[in-house]
Amino acid sequence: MDEKITITINGKNYRVDADQTIMQAADNCGYHIPRLCYHPKLSIEGACRVCIVEVEGMRNYVASCAYPVADGMKIFTNTKDLRQARRDIVELLLDNHPEDCHVCERDGNCELQRLAYAMGIRHRHFAGVRKHYEKDLSSTSVIRDPDKCILCGRCVRMCSEIQGVNALEQANRGFSTVVMPAYDMPFAESVCTTCGQCINVCPTAAFVEKNHTQELFAKLNDPTLIKVAQIAPSVRAAIGEGFGVEPGKNMEGQTVAALRKLGFDYVFDTQFSADLTIMEEASEFLERVQEKGKLPMITSCSSAWMKYMEQFYPEMIENVSTCKSPMSMASSLIKTYFADKIKADPKKIVSVAIMCCTAKKYEAQRPELAVNGMQATDMVIATREIAWMIKSAGIDFLNIECEEFDKPLGMSSGAGTIFGVTGGVMEAAIRTAYELYTGETLMDIELCSIRGFDGIKVGSIKMDGHEINVAVAHGLGNAHALMEIIKKEPGRYHFVEIMGCPGGCIGGGGQPYAAANSIPLDTECLKARAEALYSNDRKNTIRRSHDNPEVQRLYREFLGRPLSAKSHELLHTHYKPHFPKGIVARNVKQV
Amino acid sequence: MAKEFSITLCDGTGCIQKDSGEIRSALDSELAQRGLADNVRVNLSGCLGMCEKGPVVVINPGYTIYGSVTAGDIPEIVEQHIVKGRPLARLAVQEDHLYNRFFRIFGDTKFFGKQMRIALRNCGIIDPENIDDYLALRGYEALAKVLTDMTPKQVIEEVKTSGLRGRGGAGFPTGLKWQLTAGAESTKRPENNEKYVICNADEGDPGAFMDRSAIEGDPHTVIEGMIIGGYAIGAKQGFVYIRAEYPLAVSRLEKAIADAKEHNLLGNNILGSDFSFDISIRLGAGAFVCGEETALIRSIEGGRGMPRPRPPYPSVEGLFGKPTLINNVETWANIPVVVLDGGRWFSTVGTEKSKGTKVFALAGNVVNTGLIEVPMGTTLREIIYDIGGGIPDGKEFKAVQTGGPSGGCLPAEYLDTPIDYESLAKAGSIMGSGGMIVINQDACMVDIAKYFLEFTQNESCGKCTPCREGTKRMLEILTKITDGQGQPCDIDKLERLGNMIKKASLCGLGQAAPNPVLSTIKNFRQEYEEHVKDRRCRSGVCKKLLAYEITDKCVGCMACKKACPVGAITGTAKNRHVIDQKKCVKCGACFDKCKFNAISKA
Repeated sequence: MDEKITITINGKNYRVDADQTIMQAADNCGYHIPRLCYHPKLSIEGACRVCIVEVEGMRNYVASCAYPVADGMKIFTNTKDLRQARRDIVELLLDNHPEDCHVCERDGNCELQRLAYAMGIRHRHFAGVRKHYEKDLSSTSVIRDPDKCILCGRCVRMCSEIQGVNALEQANRGFSTVVMPAYDMPFAESVCTTCGQCINVCPTAAFVEKNHTQELFAKLNDPTLIKVAQIAPSVRAAIGEGFGVEPGKNMEGQTVAALRKLGFDYVFDTQFSADLTIMEEASEFLERVQEKGKLPMITSCSSAWMKYMEQFYPEMIENVSTCKSPMSMASSLIKTYFADKIKADPKKIVSVAIMCCTAKKYEAQRPELAVNGMQATDMVIATREIAWMIKSAGIDFLNIECEEFDKPLGMSSGAGTIFGVTGGVMEAAIRTAYELYTGETLMDIELCSIRGFDGIKVGSIKMDGHEINVAVAHGLGNAHALMEIIKKEPGRYHFVEIMGCPGGCIGGGGQPYAAANSIPLDTECLKARAEALYSNDRKNTIRRSHDNPEVQRLYREFLGRPLSAKSHELLHTHYKPHFPKGIVARNVKQV
Repeated sequence: MAKEFSITLCDGTGCIQKDSGEIRSALDSELAQRGLADNVRVNLSGCLGMCEKGPVVVINPGYTIYGSVTAGDIPEIVEQHIVKGRPLARLAVQEDHLYNRFFRIFGDTKFFGKQMRIALRNCGIIDPENIDDYLALRGYEALAKVLTDMTPKQVIEEVKTSGLRGRGGAGFPTGLKWQLTAGAESTKRPENNEKYVICNADEGDPGAFMDRSAIEGDPHTVIEGMIIGGYAIGAKQGFVYIRAEYPLAVSRLEKAIADAKEHNLLGNNILGSDFSFDISIRLGAGAFVCGEETALIRSIEGGRGMPRPRPPYPSVEGLFGKPTLINNVETWANIPVVVLDGGRWFSTVGTEKSKGTKVFALAGNVVNTGLIEVPMGTTLREIIYDIGGGIPDGKEFKAVQTGGPSGGCLPAEYLDTPIDYESLAKAGSIMGSGGMIVINQDACMVDIAKYFLEFTQNESCGKCTPCREGTKRMLEILTKITDGQGQPCDIDKLERLGNMIKKASLCGLGQAAPNPVLSTIKNFRQEYEEHVKDRRCRSGVCKKLLAYEITDKCVGCMACKKACPVGAITGTAKNRHVIDQKKCVKCGACFDKCKFNAISKA
């Protein structure tokens, strides 16, 4: 709609689009109306009432996030009464919120704190009793602290509207309202996929990651251990934001250097094992194509997707690649191949994965992923956690001299880099599968149709006359939509990439919080993070996983060839249906 | 027909002159011929007074009057009315409106005299579980008229002409709502242009039973109204959202729906027309907020009953995202009357802006508590003193609370306020869905405000901040005041919070929740100040503000001393006793025990 109308804001006339809300119109006219429950990617809740404005002729204040503009509308955003009302509303939130800002995980990075300051709350008028609930510490990945919850409902909407998981809902009434999983079950026993998107959108610390920083500091201080780190692709694309850097700056060298300064003995790159994943996954795909195996084959890198699939689409288990995630592949090699190389007892190695993700904390303790009876990944640390550790240890991250990864698990191709963005795994896999299948090198390697942030992206490529159709979905809600398409038309796609988080790993649940002037999961921020990875791919002279000399060496020295017995033992896994309370268990064949 | 009928033939001089004798013999032979003589009692009466219409025949039950009857009409009357159970419209004297039937039976008592029953016209008269009873009183005739003689547009025009406004409380013009819903185009999934009709029977006000009684007494009128609404807006499916705590109303509604289906009044091709409509029942789980239309819709959809911001209004985006016509039980019950008696007639009842009648559940300190229906414009005084019979036990009137927990308390100076949407709002209360509680001198207005706020605070859905957090703080302050801990600034705080909650809350529940507090502060501010400044509750309701003292009437009988559970009373026989105020827990045991009226409460 390009119809324009005239509205008045605080006595000044503006021409605005007719199909906007008051908030959108005001934003475009240079008025940032304070807000809390509003999020542009979620449905309109209208719950917090912080964004109220006065409209001439209306008895009550209206929530500007929800109310449409109309021609001739006279809007006031900053009257004395309105300022007092907004102030009182935010005070009411504070009055039922713990007064522990200085010991809170989100101190200095809390939307409520910022809002309270902006509203000018310097004194409490209405303080009374506060709610008190136990923290839910049951999950491997996400801590739920209802005391800090201000019931904006962003997590509930994120979990249902974007992720399609519906693990959270408000329960009880009035002052006793609390956000919880179904039946007030512990998070660990709920349908929660541990993706951590609730943390990303939470304005306070009602959801935070399970923090492992103190354990890690303890291990790093233990001289008897060999401390080995690996860094996920998207960590380097976002960690700078934790230090106030604009999104989109690749901080790979600084991160490697900082990890060494923290006390790691070896710093490896998950991008190396991403290349390895491509070798295995592309081979598996071609095997399925040639031997008429189950298609479409679906990627298995995303841990939240793994849990989601086992719960909601157990009938698709046979479609899912048996490849472990790059993190778990690297960890398996660290405790076998690498331990042999340095002639160390693998039990003395602490394998720490620095990830953009909270679900990787869940993945790490999946028993299927153990290697020789050992947990392969001992600890998963999210981007936010490592940023804090670096600060806490007094390391001058921004001015540090860049360093390189260690060998042998430190070298990667551009294909491994783009794993961090939605579509990247597919793009990388095609670069390799094409060559493995046709014997020719794919020249036009940037597959634009599966780049970008559309919910479901599709493309096709011809390999020796065979048309291979691929589809990519990011965010579990889109994954759900794609699975429904596949169930209806099993033959439509041959190869499918699913990432549990919006944007892929760059939008992971463990990434730095949105800056004060930004919003969580802002598309521009995701684009900048993606570009940090794509530009690294472009800069790399090696852009195909099979061209990575360290990967080639690994096969030569240790694994033999893709899908070998050794590969299957160390790099592949299996899945089983899983039905938390609240899901109707379906009779599906266990694979 | 196993049913008993009585047929009364007017045997006054006028009718005799018009050959009523022939009618008698024709009737006797017709009944005998059909073997109905045992089922029908035929009797003669003196002059009924309708000599102009003579000869007059009255058939009961139902008080159907046939005028200008000839002997030749008798077979048809017997066939239609006695055998088939449907009054013969051709000969029936129709100049009476539907509502009048009630007053032929009950109208001359004091309780009913000032009432006018339109929505409740059949309640107490028909057997609600027998569709024939409803049919006999012109039931579903409005539906038949609509389906045969009226276009949907004409139906909407009729409702607009009537001036009927929503009886759920807000008073939105019903005809306009119908027109908006009829004209709305589905924005979500436009390929499916379904629309829905909903009856809001989620009556949650404490002490209110208007909707329950209406459905229990006459479920078919609600169903008939909904079908007409469905026809007017082009819907095929209706829902009645009713509280599960109303099992009798639910079972009667279920039976009525089944009976209506059996009679082809619901289902496919109603009465042979090409209009099809069905009604399902959805049970609410007892959340007050589900009376709010968007919360109710969410609940039907299977979600947690929480309101959402409007616009879009349900008329544009309602149930399952489709245009939805949602009206309250009482509104629906008025529809058949609007159609049959006409919008023009309906608009003659009531005031300029509020047409028709309003049902109230009259409760509290009033002699005749119960369900009443009065024309708009009736004053509070008429309701309380004429219909309600005044305040019992010789006590004084103090306030009347209208609109349930969302309404306000009006003191004696507002007793001559006429009942209509605007006047009540102007006085500082609301029409609401029809709760009316009379309060006598014994009540403490701070305590009353606290009671209502406690209810809304508990029933807040918890979605929006002002209602969820704000009502809790208001309640805390009120509790402080009634506990004798209040500060002078607390009254200002109540007003500040109350006004903010009123203007900033998401839905009607929050927007109205402060009303009982704000209206009592406005009208009874002195009582608040006494609580805060003098630590005194003039009604003696707020226990913690009480001080029991032993006066010089004390004879030293020691009964109070023995009764005191905490040993706060000291004294020796035949000497005046003393209460230690620090130990006293204000239980009142001494006061009850004293036979000499020697203990004062202050």
